[in-house]
Amino acid sequence: MKVCYINGSACISAQKTVDSEFLKEVEINTTETVVFAKQPSYTEVIQPSFIRRMAKGVKMGIFTSSIALKEANLEIPDAIITGTGMGCLEDSEKFLKAILDNDEQFLTPTSFIQSTHNTVAGQIALGLQCKGYNFTYVNGAVSFETALIDAKLQIESDEAQSVLVGAVDETAQHIIDLYQLNGTLKKQDDLAFPSSNGIILGEGASFFVLENKQKENSYAILKAITIVNSLEVNELQAFVESFLKSNQIAQHEIDLVILGSNGDLTFDNYYEQISQLFENTPQTYYKHLSGEYYTASGFGLWTAINIMKNQIIPEVVRLNSLVKDNYQTILLYNQYQGKDHSLLVIKKC
Amino acid sequence: MSKKVAITGMGIISSIGTTIEENFQSLLNNKSGISTIENLNTIHKNAIKVGEIKLTNKQLAQQLNLLPENTFSRTSLLGAIAAKEAINKAGIKNINEYKTGFISATSVGGMDLKETYFYDYYVNESNRKYINSHDIGHSTHQIADYIGLKGMVTTVSTACSSAANAIILGARLIQSGQLDRVIVGGTDSLTKFTINGFKTLMILSDTNCMPFDQNRKGLNLGEAAAYLVLESDDIVQNEQKKVLAYVSGFGNANDAFHQTASSENGEGAFLAMQKAFVKANLKPEDIDYINVHGTATLNNDLSEGRAIIRLFENNIPDFSSTKAFTGHTLAAAAAIEAVYSVFAIQHNLVFANLNFKTPMEEFNLIPQTSLKEKSINHVLSNSFGFGGNCSTILFSKK
Amino acid sequence: MESLKQELKTKIIETLNLEHMTIEGFDDQDTLFGDGIGLDSIDALELIVLLDKDYGIKLTDPKEGKTIFQTVETMATFIAANRTK
Repeated sequence: MKVCYINGSACISAQKTVDSEFLKEVEINTTETVVFAKQPSYTEVIQPSFIRRMAKGVKMGIFTSSIALKEANLEIPDAIITGTGMGCLEDSEKFLKAILDNDEQFLTPTSFIQSTHNTVAGQIALGLQCKGYNFTYVNGAVSFETALIDAKLQIESDEAQSVLVGAVDETAQHIIDLYQLNGTLKKQDDLAFPSSNGIILGEGASFFVLENKQKENSYAILKAITIVNSLEVNELQAFVESFLKSNQIAQHEIDLVILGSNGDLTFDNYYEQISQLFENTPQTYYKHLSGEYYTASGFGLWTAINIMKNQIIPEVVRLNSLVKDNYQTILLYNQYQGKDHSLLVIKKC
Repeated sequence: MSKKVAITGMGIISSIGTTIEENFQSLLNNKSGISTIENLNTIHKNAIKVGEIKLTNKQLAQQLNLLPENTFSRTSLLGAIAAKEAINKAGIKNINEYKTGFISATSVGGMDLKETYFYDYYVNESNRKYINSHDIGHSTHQIADYIGLKGMVTTVSTACSSAANAIILGARLIQSGQLDRVIVGGTDSLTKFTINGFKTLMILSDTNCMPFDQNRKGLNLGEAAAYLVLESDDIVQNEQKKVLAYVSGFGNANDAFHQTASSENGEGAFLAMQKAFVKANLKPEDIDYINVHGTATLNNDLSEGRAIIRLFENNIPDFSSTKAFTGHTLAAAAAIEAVYSVFAIQHNLVFANLNFKTPMEEFNLIPQTSLKEKSINHVLSNSFGFGGNCSTILFSKK
Repeated sequence: MESLKQELKTKIIETLNLEHMTIEGFDDQDTLFGDGIGLDSIDALELIVLLDKDYGIKLTDPKEGKTIFQTVETMATFIAANRTK
């Protein structure tokens, strides 16, 4: 079975994560219920004549995938696999609104086309002229994890030598309104993280290049990953133990635990449980930087591989004060509203 | 391919039947499900024909014994019905007794709720419970919860090739040993969103669609759900399961030509079919029947036809598009057509390509226009979606 | 006819989001599709809706667009002859 190396990555987020040192300049949000991704200059990577029709998510996806490929020194991957929780929401909302407002008349196709969930993967393939395997997963908070499971399977079973795998989600006005109405978002006057209900909504894109060979600048090995649709809090321990056991990883081997804590008091007990399970292990979190969105775990993996590369935990992501000399094995845990639980382990090359 | 993957159960609901038996009978009797839309109020009512399931959401919910206050979208209702049938037919008593997954495909998800309550949400608190259905994965969750599954649950969404890709992932997970059993397929309901979306692309026909016909005018949209239960050799042996057919090969490739249209020489389609043959260790001459994607759009049938000729050359097997029966059911299409491919194998039948009169002038491809009995060992099923997504599945008797 | 052509150029740039183009740089004879301005089949569908919405002309066959949408000149001529709005 081939080993799966992470050889390239890029991230667009609410933080300065393009063309900058890892989490050097960080803005902690204390006033907004929604944090928007910092949009880079797309004309550097995408032809202006193509940008005109592209949704925010498509631009973010093409940009980060392009940088990740460059970093891995790869022109065309064998496969492209993406995960997105809601696809290109802005276009989807635009088209629906047009239908409702104009009584189904004078509608144009562009926003409909971009609302198909695999539009990012399709556009990347089109730009690269990549005729290989091309899948998109859209299942809430395991959209990106499913993409990783598929990509890892491709590499390990020798179906592909290189896979471009990524996560994209964009915010849009209608969903922000709805999340405000149904209490998904934190209340404007109670934004405390984590001691209030609701989330801070975010958006962004993270792309990675997985290959079956180690390169000079390889970040890490994608060692193991699993997802499950639902769990009770009291089932978490067994879930973690079973996962580690079946991958021949001892609990004490875990050097760092990265939690997808999103500051939502209502579901924080899951993260607390994992935190307790690994109380003697350094722990970090990241959604106070990225915001919460279905594929925010892409940002989580991006922080994980950078911590592994630098062997330093930035102060701004620390959950406890524990440190280690050596971070060989990192475990990531994520869930959203008690569903879509995932565990992921990366190892030093 | 190291192991074929066994299909031990199927479930389906479409405009030609609400069960496996009903769907089969309709195919047997050339009974199409294309009609004028009734359940949805759209200004295009009389300008399109659709493959509509003539049951209201209330009736579907009753069939599932759901409580009145449920938040199921129409997509979830259809999916739950088909998944339930598949599990029953596979003889599964305890859904969690093995490492089990549920991989569903959908493109619309809970869009019917989104359309209905878009502005209503702002004024009415009571309907805000539907807001959670806005991510299409929610429908997969609802179906998984309904069947009581706790395991690997996920959703594929690659437009019209989605369900084929769900089958592909499922098969690979069984082959790699990561899962022992997986329920794979897809579900999509008719919505104003898709009807209007396809209308803007000017590829809807106002008459019953005519796949591979020179005078075809476009597709008929449809709604449906179908699932297959795939199981490992171990389960099949331990439980002495009856195998309906096998997934023996598959391939996915990207056309990389245009966001919605297919390339003139059907490159993506050709590559997908080629990959499937390599995977299955089969050759074109082994195929007894092709269930083509055959949407009856000007673009698809030409592109797919060219790809078929490139691959099969002078030995084109019997082929037909069953979309003249059911309409194009988008993310569910490959799933219902997988069921029909298994029917073909089980009953040694090629189903009719309805409404065909005049061959396309670009080439000499004549579909099978009436029900035909012949020995069927291997079936090839094509499904192609927007974003250049092309998938092929090979089904085999042994 | 002149004002119609100017109007068309504005609408084309706006509707198709041609951010890098100006009305001044937009020649009446520039080929809209393929090698000229570089519009594609999706843009053609957008222009068909424009004809309907703003000028009341309904095209039922997208292929008709091939001759009508060659240049701003051909578009303007067609619209002037067939507009109902």
